[in-house]
Amino acid sequence: MSTRELTCIGCPLGCSLSVTLENGEVTSVTGNTCPRGDAYARKEVTNPTRIVTSTVHVKNGVSAMVNVKTASDIPKDKIFDCIAAIKDIVVTAPVAIGDVILTNVAGTGVDIIAAKNIAAS
Amino acid sequence: MKHYDLVIVGGGPAGLAAAVSARDNGIESILIIERDKELGGILNQCIHNGFGLHTFKEELTGPEYAARFISQVLERGIEYKLNTMVMDISADKKITAMNREDGMFEVKATAVILAMGCRERSRGALNIPGYRPAGIFSAGTAQRLVNMEGYMPGREVVILGSGDIGLIMARRMTLEGAKVKVVAELMPYSGGLKRNIVQCLNDFNIPLKLSHTVVDIEGKNRVEAVTIAEVGPDRKPIPGTEERYTCDTLLLSCGLIPENELSKSAGVSLNPVTSGPVVNDSLETNVEGIFACGNVLHVHDLVDYVSQEASTAGKNAAAYIKNGSAKNTKVIEILPVDGVRYTVPKYIRPTEMDDTLTVRFRVGAVYKNCSIATYFDDELISKRKRPVMAPGEMEQVILDKKKLGEYPDLSKITIKIEETI
Repeated sequence: MSTRELTCIGCPLGCSLSVTLENGEVTSVTGNTCPRGDAYARKEVTNPTRIVTSTVHVKNGVSAMVNVKTASDIPKDKIFDCIAAIKDIVVTAPVAIGDVILTNVAGTGVDIIAAKNIAAS
Repeated sequence: MKHYDLVIVGGGPAGLAAAVSARDNGIESILIIERDKELGGILNQCIHNGFGLHTFKEELTGPEYAARFISQVLERGIEYKLNTMVMDISADKKITAMNREDGMFEVKATAVILAMGCRERSRGALNIPGYRPAGIFSAGTAQRLVNMEGYMPGREVVILGSGDIGLIMARRMTLEGAKVKVVAELMPYSGGLKRNIVQCLNDFNIPLKLSHTVVDIEGKNRVEAVTIAEVGPDRKPIPGTEERYTCDTLLLSCGLIPENELSKSAGVSLNPVTSGPVVNDSLETNVEGIFACGNVLHVHDLVDYVSQEASTAGKNAAAYIKNGSAKNTKVIEILPVDGVRYTVPKYIRPTEMDDTLTVRFRVGAVYKNCSIATYFDDELISKRKRPVMAPGEMEQVILDKKKLGEYPDLSKITIKIEETI
């Protein structure tokens, strides 16, 4: 049996979590104040994931950049692959929130979507 | 001179929510004045996620959160001016502003909502010794350069201050290919949210050195190295603890200051603790008909609370425009003591306040297993346990109008931190 101490990143409260593992299986989570904390703890000790946010260049838009994000969380060890995959993307304005910028980023099965409305210039 | 019922100075999260709320409370004639080229304020450069958990029950990026409020403003047809700088607000609510189309112009308002936000503490205000080369940025300036303009400010980075913007930029610069060597924090605790320590520093193995500060900056034209040293309890550097980091960039994330030059010109009294206006339960300043909300009032940790507060300010400004302000009402002061640094609001009017009133504040140090105690004069009214409280996170007490009505002779309310027994 082993325990791991975590800080929940589910919301700004940042609850201190204690996770008990037995043979790699989570047997208990304590310290969380909501169900999100329980889910975060179970994931963090088995398959940690993060939402990744970044920017890509925009052509013919009122802004030079549009911010983008993964449509859902991706494995933590894919963060840099994800950033590398979108590095050279240039999109053309107009761009709307939710527009798919890249499908299946770094083989995660998750799309990169726009997170700001950019009008054409 | 053109007249509006309500002029809102600032089109960021506070100004937007205040405008929507004022319109929904029956005010037709509203003008929002924004100095940037678009609405949304600082949210436009905050591309990380985590906004809106309270308001929308989902995690949005800054621009997405702003877009929800911008569309509410557009749907209601609320008038706004972009690229427009307010130069002066007078006590009789005459606003002087300028932009490229209209030149210098004046508008008169029945009510004004101050929603100008805050700015970052600069190197000059920090008194950091050393040379003055290029390569020293506030964290927010770097954030704007990277996220909105598409420029990288540097490749090898040292960050002073562990406020949230500094932590967020440590991750952002790392993702964009920079090497963030260290984050130094003067205080023995971080000024940022715990979740940001985890996902911005720990995820990328960026060291956080608490009780450390910058003691030297080298470089004639561009930053070449930064030396940090440990500080003692007196926050003075301890000789012999210096560590030199070669780098080309120093980012400063050392606190935010409400931007109140305009408030001062209008005769608004400021609280020296928050650097924001002193307000009553309706978020009205000492100048009748001038209200304040958001980071210009006091620096918030979450934008959700800014939106809530601004919505209250909008509603109260609408009531003022329709009915004027209540005269000769009893006013009670809220005293922050024993670890509570300030409260917003500072004054309440028991007969005029809403049925419940959220009093927000920050504590002055890290407290573990303590309670927030509220006293009506010397009588303990409520005591709420908090496992951890820290200066980086806002706390609150909710006051109940009905309960206050039971104390007609009340002279003061005290909020303090006590040990949990």
